[in-house]
Amino acid sequence: MVEAKEAVLMDSKEAVMKVENLRKYFMIRRSFGEFITGKPPRYVKAVDGVSFAIKPKEVFALVGESGCGKTTTGKLIVKLLRPSGGRIYFNGTDVTELSTEEEIEYRKRVQIIFQDPYSSLDPRFRVYDILEEPLLITKVGETKAERRELIYKALEEVRLVPQEEFIGRFPHQLSGGQRQRVAIARALILNPEFLVADEPVSMLDLSIRAEILELMRELKERHGLTYLYITHDLSTARFFCDRIAVMYLGKIVELATSDRLIENPVHPYTKALLIAVPEPDPSQRHVMKEIPIIGEVPSAVNIPPGCRFHPRCPYRFEPCDKEEPELIEVEPDHYVACHLVSKK
Amino acid sequence: MPLLEVKDLKAYYFISRGAVKAVDNVSIDLEKGESLGLAGESGCGKSTLGFALMNMLPPPGRVVAGSIKIDGQEIVGMKEDELRKRIRWQEIAMIFQGAMNVLNPVYTVGYQVAEPLIYHKGMGKKEAIEEAKKYLELVGLDPNIVNRYPHELSGGMKQRAVIATALIMSPKVLIADEPTTALDVIVQAQIINLLKELKRKLGLSIIIISHDLSVISELADRLAIMYAGKIVELGPSDSVYSDPVHPYTKALLNAIPRLRKKQERLEFIPGAPPNLLSPPPGCRIHPRCPYRFEPCDKEEPELVEVRPGHFVACHLYTRR
Repeated sequence: MVEAKEAVLMDSKEAVMKVENLRKYFMIRRSFGEFITGKPPRYVKAVDGVSFAIKPKEVFALVGESGCGKTTTGKLIVKLLRPSGGRIYFNGTDVTELSTEEEIEYRKRVQIIFQDPYSSLDPRFRVYDILEEPLLITKVGETKAERRELIYKALEEVRLVPQEEFIGRFPHQLSGGQRQRVAIARALILNPEFLVADEPVSMLDLSIRAEILELMRELKERHGLTYLYITHDLSTARFFCDRIAVMYLGKIVELATSDRLIENPVHPYTKALLIAVPEPDPSQRHVMKEIPIIGEVPSAVNIPPGCRFHPRCPYRFEPCDKEEPELIEVEPDHYVACHLVSKK
Repeated sequence: MPLLEVKDLKAYYFISRGAVKAVDNVSIDLEKGESLGLAGESGCGKSTLGFALMNMLPPPGRVVAGSIKIDGQEIVGMKEDELRKRIRWQEIAMIFQGAMNVLNPVYTVGYQVAEPLIYHKGMGKKEAIEEAKKYLELVGLDPNIVNRYPHELSGGMKQRAVIATALIMSPKVLIADEPTTALDVIVQAQIINLLKELKRKLGLSIIIISHDLSVISELADRLAIMYAGKIVELGPSDSVYSDPVHPYTKALLNAIPRLRKKQERLEFIPGAPPNLLSPPPGCRIHPRCPYRFEPCDKEEPELVEVRPGHFVACHLYTRR
């Protein structure tokens, strides 16, 4: 089992981004009563031991329901949060602890696109100022003319042309798709190598969704970008990503290439997620979907013992509530953490 | 006679710069026990149409023309207190978008589910809450949650409670505006299952409004595609999904990322929907349509029947 765990990280020498046993616990504030009686603080274990390695020019997806820790993992990677444990390597260099100056250098190469373009753009900034801000912070583009050129180039990349028409606008004067393109331009303007895209299309309409995904794919080809794509939507993950990791309550439960994960899912949770995805096929409209799991994701404060998924799992058996399953390789490059494959 | 009959409905928002024609000459009907999907991009007027059917368009919106008949009763122009007494929630009810946020955090779930009975039927609070328990059970919740507050419930449970509220006066028509949009996939599938079950059990007629054609296909017997305030294609789901006629419908369907099919490219529709203060002349889609030809920017296409029960408004089928 240990071997397999290493295998997940094996190609880490050539990995652009590698995380090892990454953890993030958020402490819950104790009440005054709890504090003076010396009650130990409780933690939300948002990310609880996640390891993966992303290869150059790969699109790697983290998929899971709300509260599984996928967004926290993304924020840890761009260093918007400080990990509680584990290490992050970028191009082989340990970037877990960085000084403020180093962090600014790091952000030139690692950028993020947020989920909600309605709240990720400052409403008091014009498009020009939104795009100029990262340049000023990282001191890229010394003169005003240089910065202007970079801003125009970034807008062209995301096809907000003619640029003159957009630079003077405020976010509220843009549509959802245009806002998300400004957010992408802001992430690209520093010419990064690695992009974390946190649900970049989930707030958008279907037709715009396709447009943004196509744009992101085109930018990947043109700039040789590597992506960490965070989503709850397996259909866009299949379209956009090379490999998919399914997360549940802070841990990866299954990891495989997109096609294998969708065609041959092994973990009961992955199977349930796949069944739940609706298809535009009206012949199925009167058929009830049989979702083989019960209830909703429990709170990350009280994580069930053993396998975290066992209270919702229809196949649980004797070891599930005692031992935590490790990720093991079930076929080449396909890893699953489930006692059904390790103990049966 | 259909249960719900909408004819030439116009609902505009009057702002200082003019009238936003959010719903412009829309006609639909709905039979008992039937479900109709209403799909389109943001700003196409689908939610406005939903609110107009409840006759509760928020100002500055107003129904300016047309007729809405529920069970033969005309509700356009009906007095507000009569609407409240007889129509709203009793004949036609709505599940609003973003169920997470429509519940009031300072009232118990039970009270909020029971509230329509207290206000519309003058029922006592105790009795109403007993009734609410039945409906909570109907939507798959534990009746004992009547004393809980919204923050104690998960997203899926809140959505179920909102559905119970909408159903408590046993309406004949239920409008569901993006009923699963903010929910996780598994919860979404559970809510879709619930709506299917309610439709069958109660013989409910459902109008489901969404931009997500995959969700609609799970529920709708018929599908209407809206663009810029107008219905451009309307027909039985099987017919529209398997063989769409309007170029816009085709493009929308090709833009869906599919889980069970490998896709090389996703198609999308360049450009954005028009400003409804001054929609383009002729066919409203013509500036974005790759097939436009001579009459498209002059004449407005009418809905014509291309197959039994399947209507399309496009010059490609009337003029060619």
